[in-house]
Amino acid sequence: MYYIGVDIGSTCAKTTVTDADGKIYFQEVCPTGWSSVDTAENIRKQLADAGFDPKDNVVVATGYGRVAIPYSDKTVTEITCHCAGAVQLFGHQEMGVIDIGGQDTKIIEVEHGMVKNFIMNDKCSAGTGRFLEVMANTLSVTPDQLTVLAEGGSDTSISSLCTVFAESEVISLIGRGEKKENIAFAVVDSIVRKVASQASRMHLAGKPVCLTGGLCDSEYIRKALSNELKMDVETCPQARYAGSIGATVFARKLGAKKS
Amino acid sequence: MSDYLQMWKDLDMDIETHDMLCQVLPTAFGDTFLSMENRPESMGFYDFVVSEIHGIRPSEMIAAQAEGKKVVGTFCVYVPDEVINAAGALFSGLCGGSQFWVPGGEKYLPKNTCPLVKASLGARFDRTCPFFRLVDMIVGETTCDAKKKAYEILGQDVPMYIMDMPQMKRDIDIQKWADEIKAFAAKMEELTGNTITIDGLNDAIKTINNKRKALARIYDARKNADNIPISGLDALLIMQIAFFDDPARCAEMANKVADELEQRNKDGVSVFPAGTKRILLTGTPLAIPNWKLHHIIETSGAAVVCEEMCTGTRYFENLVDEDNATLDDAYMALSKRYMKNNCSCFTPNQGRIDDILRMAKEYNVDGVIDTNLKFCCLYDTERRSVEEAMNEAGIPFLGIETDYTDSDAEQLRTRIEAFVEMLG
Ligand code: SF4
Ligand code: SF4
Repeated sequence: MYYIGVDIGSTCAKTTVTDADGKIYFQEVCPTGWSSVDTAENIRKQLADAGFDPKDNVVVATGYGRVAIPYSDKTVTEITCHCAGAVQLFGHQEMGVIDIGGQDTKIIEVEHGMVKNFIMNDKCSAGTGRFLEVMANTLSVTPDQLTVLAEGGSDTSISSLCTVFAESEVISLIGRGEKKENIAFAVVDSIVRKVASQASRMHLAGKPVCLTGGLCDSEYIRKALSNELKMDVETCPQARYAGSIGATVFARKLGAKKS
Repeated sequence: MSDYLQMWKDLDMDIETHDMLCQVLPTAFGDTFLSMENRPESMGFYDFVVSEIHGIRPSEMIAAQAEGKKVVGTFCVYVPDEVINAAGALFSGLCGGSQFWVPGGEKYLPKNTCPLVKASLGARFDRTCPFFRLVDMIVGETTCDAKKKAYEILGQDVPMYIMDMPQMKRDIDIQKWADEIKAFAAKMEELTGNTITIDGLNDAIKTINNKRKALARIYDARKNADNIPISGLDALLIMQIAFFDDPARCAEMANKVADELEQRNKDGVSVFPAGTKRILLTGTPLAIPNWKLHHIIETSGAAVVCEEMCTGTRYFENLVDEDNATLDDAYMALSKRYMKNNCSCFTPNQGRIDDILRMAKEYNVDGVIDTNLKFCCLYDTERRSVEEAMNEAGIPFLGIETDYTDSDAEQLRTRIEAFVEMLG
């Protein structure tokens, strides 16, 4: 029996498969695309081809597309899953988890390995992956390239938090002939400040803070966030799978109940 | 719905637009209410009232007007129904709870006004609500800025009377509210041509107290720690209808529900599986037909067991002293009861925090969800103190801001589900 966690987020779908001991056998990320239903079906095929057919194993679904997965045995919200995933990955029972997702950013206070409190910005895309994507587009670079560029920039800022207004600010910066590095710096700075201001509403002082979600690959974002929060933010390459890893935790619990 | 077309025409309503509302409401009601299982039988009355929402009660009011009685519309639980009743008039809460009316209100009000106020103005000016059309006078109050200014606009279209509400709760404020009630009584005498007597007012106080006691019995039944005899949605519906029903009938029907709920508690009949998380919902009013949050909460593995709201405990808690010797005594007794209500319009408002802490215990809740209507800066600002008090007491807390649209339903569901998961 295998334990499958499927996390269908707004931009990417992440899948993790473990055995009863939590050892990872399969991990995959793919774009969500237009339809979570189609994505769910693609994932099902992938899993079946790899020898982990959902119908013979336990599946827990999470993420905003969690209800679109017909073969799941249970759904758990991404907040609870990111917490469980981060506990697995980083090994802290007390910590703050910052998940910068495609459409929303979550800050989770973890106590005794469980969610103690959380906030979620979901009304606008300021401080989310989406913001980065839009600005990267405007600068004709990829989001990854943007974060690399940002490292070489300084001294520029975007004042508007609204993505639409911020985009026109970026356009006028381009028009003024501002260096790309400086604009990229301003974009990352805006995201980091927004995330930090949300984090300041949670009780994270003295606890380790871990970054999960799609932006965890960027060392520069990690550093910038650490500077802004005045604490050393931890992350690891696996952290983008935190939601699906967390889902496998619940799959294993469910499996234990079933057998 | 039976045929009320002529009545609506006589009220000069916009029949075509109103038809659209009549078409969506039954579906919305069916989806949220009729899909629930094991509802109390006594909810039949309320289902019927909703099915005829723009017909049955308005037609009763119009019949009363034909006999020479007046109908007064209100917007706030501080306006004393007793005085209206003692003057031989009928009252009806008017607050609008549907997105249907919001665009109409936005023609008159800034977009960043709370949806309750926008919907209320929209309902009047778009001519799509019979209650708004039939009232002889509307009573406003100087509570929040949004309402205060909206009343000026409303006043251009319908006779308005404004009560000046104190913002603090010192003795002089309680005296001041008693004076305001007395002035309002004079206004009601003028409007109706009837004289308010001490016997009449004492009787009215008893009538409204009886209604409060009946509604309180329903809430008492919801305190049972081991059994949830009624869904939050059904309880909310009872409260919403209480705002415009005849007070004696309201008491009678609520008592019937209470009888059934008490029996259910004895028999262990619950509408939710054992272990369902119990939620206290606090914050801004949920005017009919605003059922959004209750529906999301109650389809996310939790149950609402109490509403610390005007469409909830603020409507029925505390009774008015009965058998007053003089009218002035009665006005003072009324003022004392009404001033025990804790709305965010007041400062300081520690009483509301104490209420929430008390209710969290009384109703054996697992967590508190505080909701505020978008652009209501009073409740929004007060949230900080509520949250701090909950943290201190170790009561899990979730704050939500929302309006009447469905656009945020899925995000709300994620937060609420996560909150329920957090409760264990
Ligand atoms: S919230 Fe305050 S102003 Fe609004 S109805 Fe209630 S008591 Fe009145
Ligand atoms: S919810 Fe707030 S803004 Fe809206 S009417 Fe009530 S007090 Fe005023």
